[in-house]
Amino acid sequence: MRALNDIYIITRRQLLLLTRVPEVLIFSTIQPVMFVLLFRYVFGGSIETGQPGGYVQLLMPGIFVQTVAFTLAGTASGLAEDMKKGLIDRFRSLPISQSALVIGRTLGDSLLNIVVLAVMGIAGYLVGWRPTGGLSNVVLGFIFLLFFGYALSWVGVLVGLSAKDARVVQNVSFIVTFPLTFLSNAFAPTTGMPRALQYFAEWNPVSTMVAACRELFGLENQFGATAGSFPSEHPLTTSLIYMVVIMVIFIPLSVRKYRNYAD
Amino acid sequence: MKSVIAENLVKTYDKGTVRALDDLSLDVEEGTVLSVLGPNGAGKTTTVRILSTLMRPDSGNAQVAGIDVIKHPDKVREVIGLSGQYAAVDEILTGYDNLVMFGELYHLGKKQSVIRANELLERFSLTEAAKRPIKTYSGGMRRRLDLAASLIVKPKVLFLDEPTTGLDPRGRQEMWEVIQELVKGGVTLLLTTQYLEEADQLADEIAVIDTGKVIARGTSDALKKQVGGERLEVVVEQAHVAKTIEIVAAVSGQKPALDEGLRLISAPVSTGSAALFEVLKSLDTAGIHALDVGLKRPSLDDVFLSLTGHVAEEKSA
Repeated sequence: MRALNDIYIITRRQLLLLTRVPEVLIFSTIQPVMFVLLFRYVFGGSIETGQPGGYVQLLMPGIFVQTVAFTLAGTASGLAEDMKKGLIDRFRSLPISQSALVIGRTLGDSLLNIVVLAVMGIAGYLVGWRPTGGLSNVVLGFIFLLFFGYALSWVGVLVGLSAKDARVVQNVSFIVTFPLTFLSNAFAPTTGMPRALQYFAEWNPVSTMVAACRELFGLENQFGATAGSFPSEHPLTTSLIYMVVIMVIFIPLSVRKYRNYAD
Repeated sequence: MKSVIAENLVKTYDKGTVRALDDLSLDVEEGTVLSVLGPNGAGKTTTVRILSTLMRPDSGNAQVAGIDVIKHPDKVREVIGLSGQYAAVDEILTGYDNLVMFGELYHLGKKQSVIRANELLERFSLTEAAKRPIKTYSGGMRRRLDLAASLIVKPKVLFLDEPTTGLDPRGRQEMWEVIQELVKGGVTLLLTTQYLEEADQLADEIAVIDTGKVIARGTSDALKKQVGGERLEVVVEQAHVAKTIEIVAAVSGQKPALDEGLRLISAPVSTGSAALFEVLKSLDTAGIHALDVGLKRPSLDDVFLSLTGHVAEEKSA
């Protein structure tokens, strides 16, 4: 019970930080909204989808996934920042559950994602996004997105705790997340890519997530690659496996890293 | 009873190439203040980090308040307070928010945490700044808040790692007053510092460490005696220098040193103020007026220099 109390307090701190520095919240939402508008109006006109409602229907799931993927960077740089200021030492010297800090951090970052996804959803609606999968499927899609962000947040914990310098963290996280989000079916068909990249894009967890969301939002997954392959036939299952695998690997690694990080 | 015991601590970094602690042993008697004094890189912070459970030693044992640090770090955390080199408080949150949060993390409950936060803010003269984010605080205020955070549950043993490093003289003075107050309240304190004056001011006992080992320990007085007793110093007019050297030599029994520029004659003496009185009497008889005269006790700087062969600080801050 004490552990739950500790986790609650740390999570609440994350949220308190957001109310004290509203810029963080504002910029975390402006960037994805900007992406929505840019892709919708810059590329939207020139990409043929044959989809009723046009490119924006395919785009929105891509941008949602990209946004939650960036949770990795947020968690990593937040932790690195705490470490630099000696706050982690303070927390580790307290008689609290030793993983409360990292669990609270990942939960807090996921709560931020709820707000960001809500704002993006509204922005998407305003520029013509109309999911047709039915309310329960749409809600399920968003739960899926949050879950994906949460899993990646644990990768961020490891990156943040491993970094020697807080400034490096942001760069490292972007180097990981940018190729993942662009070497995927998120923004354009993968069929135009060289063969090797197509293969990568097909198995890329970002692609399977995007495909899963498109399915839940009531779309044909037109940007997927080779039909008949397991990830394109079963994007939901594949994504779920990815998330579980990520968490099974990274939660123990991160918690161990946190406990021993000074040694 | 010993509140802190460290035995043969060894800690290496970078795969054994850097030996931060090299068989370090020390102990602190309950209710007393031990100052661990040493230059940067001597192993002060590593010692504190091991004793406060943040880090495990490669070998050696440590106990805090009778609890084994390596076997039961969680129990040790319940009885210690730690305030580190950096003020480890959340800059964005206010002083009040920080203290309430730490109170809740100590499982005091919301109501008690609020009461305790207000008490501590009052005690450390931070009530006015309580509702401001920490980033608006001065260096001294941050350190005081950090110290307050380490006192939320009255700790049995308090660790302060270089509590005044980087503070201006006024901030340092304020911090010293706060620490002296705490010491009067009977806390067991292990304090690291690279300021010799600070160890002298605050500690009952001093452990001088260099390259990961304790190279000397004792009270400030005992360490100073170890280096040598007092020196008598006299400054006179140029015309009287020769005669004064004779007088001082007669009292000291040793050949005095002369600083020609300052016209300062000095020699070691063993009888303290009696020697001073004798010299003054002889000078008076000879009709010499001393411009300045006094007994100088060796400073901890002298102690450090004679123990290690190098000075503790590049420059005194």
